[in-house]
Amino acid sequence: MDLTLFGADFNFIKTYYPFFLNGVKNTVLLAFFAVLFGVFIGLFFALMKLSKFKIFRAISSSYIEFIRGTPVMVQIFIIYYGLDKIGIRFPNVPALKNFLGIDFADFMAGVITLSINSGAYVAEIIRGGIQAVDSGQMEAARSLGMPHAMSMIYIVIPQALRNILPALGNEFIVVIKESSIVSVIGIADLMYSTQVVRGITFIPMEPLYVAAIMYFILTFSLSKILGVFERRMRAGA
Amino acid sequence: MQVLKVRGLHKYFGNLHVLRGIDTDIKKGEVVVVIGPSGSGKSTFLRCLNLLEAPTQGEIIFEGVNITSKKNNINNQRQKMGMVFQQFNLFPHMTVMKNITLAPIKVKKMSVKKAEEVAISLLKRIGLEDKALAYPKQLSGGQKQRIAIIRALAMSPDVMLFDEPTSALDPEMVGEVLDVMKGLAKEGMTMAVVTHEMGFAREVGDRVLFMDEGIIAEEGTPAHIFGNPQNERTKSFLSKVL
Repeated sequence: MDLTLFGADFNFIKTYYPFFLNGVKNTVLLAFFAVLFGVFIGLFFALMKLSKFKIFRAISSSYIEFIRGTPVMVQIFIIYYGLDKIGIRFPNVPALKNFLGIDFADFMAGVITLSINSGAYVAEIIRGGIQAVDSGQMEAARSLGMPHAMSMIYIVIPQALRNILPALGNEFIVVIKESSIVSVIGIADLMYSTQVVRGITFIPMEPLYVAAIMYFILTFSLSKILGVFERRMRAGA
Repeated sequence: MQVLKVRGLHKYFGNLHVLRGIDTDIKKGEVVVVIGPSGSGKSTFLRCLNLLEAPTQGEIIFEGVNITSKKNNINNQRQKMGMVFQQFNLFPHMTVMKNITLAPIKVKKMSVKKAEEVAISLLKRIGLEDKALAYPKQLSGGQKQRIAIIRALAMSPDVMLFDEPTSALDPEMVGEVLDVMKGLAKEGMTMAVVTHEMGFAREVGDRVLFMDEGIIAEEGTPAHIFGNPQNERTKSFLSKVL
């Protein structure tokens, strides 16, 4: 079968499709863990930003502003070389290396950078979601004698989740796209794999088309799935 | 016996001096109705009583405890002070039953079974026992407010605070809420009610406080306030609302 379309030659796919599949797998893994850890980091900083203590608010604001105000590219180099410099070296697990196709330590540098980066955005999503809950809800809970933390857990946060979850889904999509930056430290994600294929085959354009389509399939299907969830949640109550 | 004593209460919002020195007592079993023009500070006064607003200055003593003291844990007194809000503030993500039983179970450590028994008997009393498993958005405004009232009652409070409980209701639903409040008053519940319902104030109130510009401008029995007001501002306010 000849894979030539509109004068573009896609025949290299027959040989090199494992590179792309491995890239997609790593991109999804990276984005998934980045969002997962990003949520914990984000929750932590969101609660700090809503604290009544100025020092916590200041720490949280500095973190959020600094991370959002610097490029991911810079952040990833700082983390990649910085982790090593301060003596944090993730062990190399051979089984994971086989699975990922790269060193576990490199993979973790990518996950940490993307988590820290995403955490700043997630913090703002969570803070906004909590603040969007009518203040009367907290007052009603407190007026019944419920302490602040209990009121947050039973009354405010369950309602805030409704505002937070859809935005968190969008953040996942953003992270899938942003994660392409980790290719600069040699993590075999979709972008890196694309570059490898370009290098081996000396085909400059077509592998990029494949990458673009793969990214689009990932983000578009994810946004459709999230749409279904969102509708279901709204129908819920 | 005084349930609540208020001494020299002041409240500022920034530079805005909302409460300018309030002194009053609320006796056990008394129904105190607070009336006055909007912006007179009556809601702020009521919200200071359970510290939803922190007073800037002054003391509030509830059942012998100075609740404005820094050492006091207000959660203990709030369990005994029910509050009903203008906007109902039912918890939208919970059924009526959960709304009513949450605080008794979590705060008073009541068993689920006991809390549900209490809830059912309270629901029966307002004729809404068939709504136990409904969500707030399935209820009318009047039903929501009546449930908000019994949610507060489920904690068996010693005093009930009402912050304009009928102001957000359609006119045809005001009666059903006022009836529940009248029933409570008849049973001897101590109540502080901020309201624009002059009929309620006249019929149910033991004492009426007329507030204007952050002070109690005049107070007395409903007969005195409505029949023979002394203060010019009381007269002018009543002439506009009656």
